[in-house]
Amino acid sequence: MEPLIDIRDLRIRARTAEGPEIEIVKGVSFSVRRGEVMGLIGESGSGKTTIALATMGYARYGCRIAGGTIRIGETEVTRLDGKGLQQLRGRKVAYIAQSAAASFNPSRPIMAQVIESALIHGLMDEPAAREKAIGLFRAMAIPHPETIGNRYPHQVSGGQLQRLMAAMALITDPDVVIFDEPTTALDVTTQIEVLKAFKEAIRDRNTTGIYVTHDLAVIAQIADSITVLRHGEVQEIATTPALLASPAHEYSRKLLAAAEPALRASPVTGETSAPLLRVSGMSAGYGLIGKDGMPAVLVLRDIELTIGRGHALGVIGESGCGKSTLARVIAGLTPASRGTVTLDGVDLAPGIAGRSREQLREIQLVFQMADTALNPKVPIDEIIGRPLTFFFGMKGAERERRVRELLDLTHLPASVRDRLPGDLSGGQKQRVNFARALAAQPKLLLCDEVTSALDTVVAAAILDLMVELRRELGLTTMFISHDLKTIRAICDDIMVLYSGRVVETMPAAALETGHHHPYAGLLLGSVPALRTDWLETTPAASLQVQGVPPALSSGGCAFFPRCPRAEPGLCDTAVPPLRPVPGGIEAACFRLDAA
Amino acid sequence: MNATIGRLLLTRLVAAILTLWFVATVVFVITNLLPGDVAQELLGQSATPEAVAGLRKALGLDLPPWQRYLEWLWNMVRGDAGRSLVNGSPVAALIGSRLGNSLILAGITALVAVPVALALGITAAVYRGSIYDRIVGAGTVLAVSVPEFLVASAAVLVFAVQLRWVPALSQLGRLETVLDVVRTFALPVLTLTFVIVAQMARMTRAALVDVLSSSYIEMARLKGAGQARIVVWHALPNAIGPIANAIAFSLSFLLGGVIIVETIFNYPGIAKLMVDGVSTRDLPLVQACAMLFCGAYLLLVTMADVAAILANPRLRHR
Amino acid sequence: MNSATFSVHRGPMAILARLSRMIMPAIVLFWLAMAFFGHWVAPYDPAGIQDADLFEGMSRKFWLGTDYFGRDMLSRIIAGARYTVGISLMATSLAVTAGVLLGLAASAIGGFFDTAISRFLDALISIPSKMFGLVLVAALGASIPVLVLTLAVIYLPGCYRINRSVAVNVAALDFVAVARARGESTFYIMIREILPNMVGPVLADFGLRFIYVVLLLSSLSFLGLGVQPPEADWGSLVRENMPGLPYGAPAVIMPAIAIASLTIAVNLTIDSAFGRHAREGIR
Ligand SMILES: Nc1ncnc2c1ncn2[C@@H]1O[C@H](COP(=O)(O)OP(=O)(O)OP(=O)(O)O)[C@@H](O)[C@H]1O
Ligand code: SF4
Ligand SMILES: [Mg+2]
Repeated sequence: MEPLIDIRDLRIRARTAEGPEIEIVKGVSFSVRRGEVMGLIGESGSGKTTIALATMGYARYGCRIAGGTIRIGETEVTRLDGKGLQQLRGRKVAYIAQSAAASFNPSRPIMAQVIESALIHGLMDEPAAREKAIGLFRAMAIPHPETIGNRYPHQVSGGQLQRLMAAMALITDPDVVIFDEPTTALDVTTQIEVLKAFKEAIRDRNTTGIYVTHDLAVIAQIADSITVLRHGEVQEIATTPALLASPAHEYSRKLLAAAEPALRASPVTGETSAPLLRVSGMSAGYGLIGKDGMPAVLVLRDIELTIGRGHALGVIGESGCGKSTLARVIAGLTPASRGTVTLDGVDLAPGIAGRSREQLREIQLVFQMADTALNPKVPIDEIIGRPLTFFFGMKGAERERRVRELLDLTHLPASVRDRLPGDLSGGQKQRVNFARALAAQPKLLLCDEVTSALDTVVAAAILDLMVELRRELGLTTMFISHDLKTIRAICDDIMVLYSGRVVETMPAAALETGHHHPYAGLLLGSVPALRTDWLETTPAASLQVQGVPPALSSGGCAFFPRCPRAEPGLCDTAVPPLRPVPGGIEAACFRLDAA
Repeated sequence: MNATIGRLLLTRLVAAILTLWFVATVVFVITNLLPGDVAQELLGQSATPEAVAGLRKALGLDLPPWQRYLEWLWNMVRGDAGRSLVNGSPVAALIGSRLGNSLILAGITALVAVPVALALGITAAVYRGSIYDRIVGAGTVLAVSVPEFLVASAAVLVFAVQLRWVPALSQLGRLETVLDVVRTFALPVLTLTFVIVAQMARMTRAALVDVLSSSYIEMARLKGAGQARIVVWHALPNAIGPIANAIAFSLSFLLGGVIIVETIFNYPGIAKLMVDGVSTRDLPLVQACAMLFCGAYLLLVTMADVAAILANPRLRHR
Repeated sequence: MNSATFSVHRGPMAILARLSRMIMPAIVLFWLAMAFFGHWVAPYDPAGIQDADLFEGMSRKFWLGTDYFGRDMLSRIIAGARYTVGISLMATSLAVTAGVLLGLAASAIGGFFDTAISRFLDALISIPSKMFGLVLVAALGASIPVLVLTLAVIYLPGCYRINRSVAVNVAALDFVAVARARGESTFYIMIREILPNMVGPVLADFGLRFIYVVLLLSSLSFLGLGVQPPEADWGSLVRENMPGLPYGAPAVIMPAIAIASLTIAVNLTIDSAFGRHAREGIR
């Protein structure tokens, strides 16, 4: 059978700031048969989105399609004029963008935007289009399908918007749908609902699609075959099962290995080490301090945690739950309003100003974005050398020797010393970030999403470095991430944060087994696994989870509005305390035994 | 209208009033407390100490500063701007006789300039990167870089001296036919328009380019929407706030431009009055005119803020 | 992809653009040189009445004609550069230095200090610049030191606002948090961490501010409220020769063109050095 989409030797060029044009897509060819979904996978900058947009004859400002052919059905897209392209877009090929929040016009009600393409292309009249849209909302399991269209985009949640955008794409029954990382901006527990809705829509309509993502586990659920891209070139094209089972290309193998990070052996063995860090009864937030001594926006409440000497604690939770704030409180950047932070048996002052230089030295922070964590105007040796001078008074040759040692320790070439951060790759920058923290010879290292901004392959190398550092230096670490897979790979203990409260702590070994808090259970079950049938088999997919996390309330369990096990009258009246559960787990839930 | 919008609008209004009060204080402080003895200045170096002291008393300069301040502020609020130091007539009357002229000049200019500027700015944004856009861009940079009096002189040279289409100086009075009106206002309005159109077109273009490069515009294109629909239905509603801002800010240039234009064309408006007041150091007159201009500016800015609040969908639909 | 830095690489527009990229900085340098060393190259004594008619046109002898006294216009414009460029440069430097220091301090110290200073200076912005100039000159007179201070005060609030926002954006970056967490002093953070990242915006702002100052100074002088005779900047030169306008005398046009050449050249130099977007958002 003739493929529905056939792309041959596609070349796309982009103008650079002052230099000549560069080629960002270098002769890409692939084809997709009717009713199949092709996954495009690659790291950031590999040209995924550019290619996907090109199938609609669209190039972003500054780019142009410089060569090759794009055939969709009978249509040769590169030969279309402006009018022809307009007739193609939204009608034959529809697009679902990465960020629904940005892709909906804030000034127009949702319904008007969903049915817009049907009206533009004159496919039906307005009442019929509305009717059809409501049907699609239902199919997508969007709550309040009858009325949600009257709302404005800022009045619905991210996960719902993403599904509304899918309805917007499907309203014209297009031949081809382009999915451009449609779940990347979502938390995993929301992602699973959206994936489910997409998969069903694709199956029911026999949709032909191109699905762009950087997440191999996600694409494994949706795509029939996968094209692996790197630097604008195709590395490998294979069916999904084949690629997962036996990747042919070297780079595909790396991607695959990084997608399911191996568990790194922990250097700690004995259970009973004295705690190095203890946080108890801690609450903190932002904004003006009120009369009761509490800030206007309370982000963290009654946090209890300990980290044993040499241990690694992983902190996980969805975006905005207060993970970064926790690190900032421990480092003193955001003073706690209540409670204590104790390091090595000594109570620390809440703010930096109250802590001694020695105490500041003992806790070091490593931030997520190496780009913003390193001053772009300061050369590397000064970045790493400054803590040496500041804390140890090192100068001249002594300092220089130590900087070299630190570079060595983090596997950086000595030649980076007099370069600026801008000249380094993302992974190298993150290593400098570590070297600077290690220069202070800290007892406790706080790592906030240190691998999240990196491509998976680079991130895997950073994880290896962390394990090595722990082994060689006996560092105690707190590792913050929204990604369970990375946390599991290197942590001894795991703490789950929801809406500013600790809902569960557990040893890493209890992850797969054990009795979990409903939110923790949902979270664990929502992380896509690298097999094609995960979405059908994971128990989390069958849970009916609704709504968005509410503002932190003191009235009852924070998870109450979304919890599938919630019991009104019990869960919404008091805050559940942390209680031990078999398996070394502690969970904050009234109904653990009910499961 | 909902409670949030009401509260925001109220906040803006209160802020505007407080700012006006602050501005009044600054004007008072500058004109009263800084070194320089007005009485001495007025009477010249040869005046006897007795004469100076007498005038000081007459002007109320012997009172303590805060008392003078309160009195002055109260008088301003009541609309009593005192008497001119130069000819003794009430400042309010001096201004009153000329305010209309200035308003007409500013009004006609705004009527001409705003549509032209919006058209230029919007088309340049829509055809971003084209030759047309570049010409508009270059033209407006040139226009904002040259002083108003160069524009005015050039206009006089071309239209009055070379072509003899219009008189070089404005003579209000005979405004019987349309031609009279055109001949009187042509050059001042042309000059002022030239100056503010450039500013306004630049800011409008920037605001719209910003909106046009957002994801929802890309999405609209990918739904097959045509250029006109994208601009009118998708982009403009979101650009109202910034564009209102651009208009208000550019019209404030009008205030500055009026000063030069009234002087160069000898146009009997309040800006000319104020400039004369500054040369003769007629402080009550200067104070009153300054408050008038600052008030007008604040009014424009506040109106732009209000427009932006009312146009914001996040506030309108909560 | 950044739209602002786009330019075509072929065709007549490109040649024009490349040419302007070389010529514009040259014009700026030329006027700077005239301001400092002009008296060595001026053909005549700028105050000396020459053996010539009033408002003479351009000639071999008097390249830019003569003024209403029969003085050589070229020499007077060269002498005027000293006032226009000199006063503007001093005023801009004052405003920018103060704006950068205050903006830095506000961003690094924050809290009440930041709020108080921001409120105060923001309120000052709501006085239109020409109005501010007129009031100050009415109260203080128009000696050159007063003019420099007046111009600096008028543009300080805008300068502060832009520098503060740049500084606050830098201060929110993680490397500043790292330095704070290390226990570095506020002064160190201001000077070593934040300031180096402000250089580009500060320079662009300096150039734009300079243009505004030149235009305002010229306007004041044109109104007879700026540089006072016998000293004369370019604005004064236009004013005193206004009677020559009906004859189309170069004595009126040339000083005005000198102003325009300076401001346009600075403007386009900033464009090519910092990109067109440098100007957006600056008031
Ligand atoms: N400086 C601040 N002022 C006010 N609110 C803040 C500030 N920083 C963070 N918040 C709010 O505090 C809450 C917790 O933020 P935090 O950065 O700790 O979350 P997070 O768990 O690290 O999220 P992410 O995974 O997105 O990094 C969020 O609602 C956030 O909007
Ligand atoms: S306490 Fe109730 S609402 Fe909260 S997690 Fe447990 S069952 Fe759900
Ligand atoms: Mg975070």
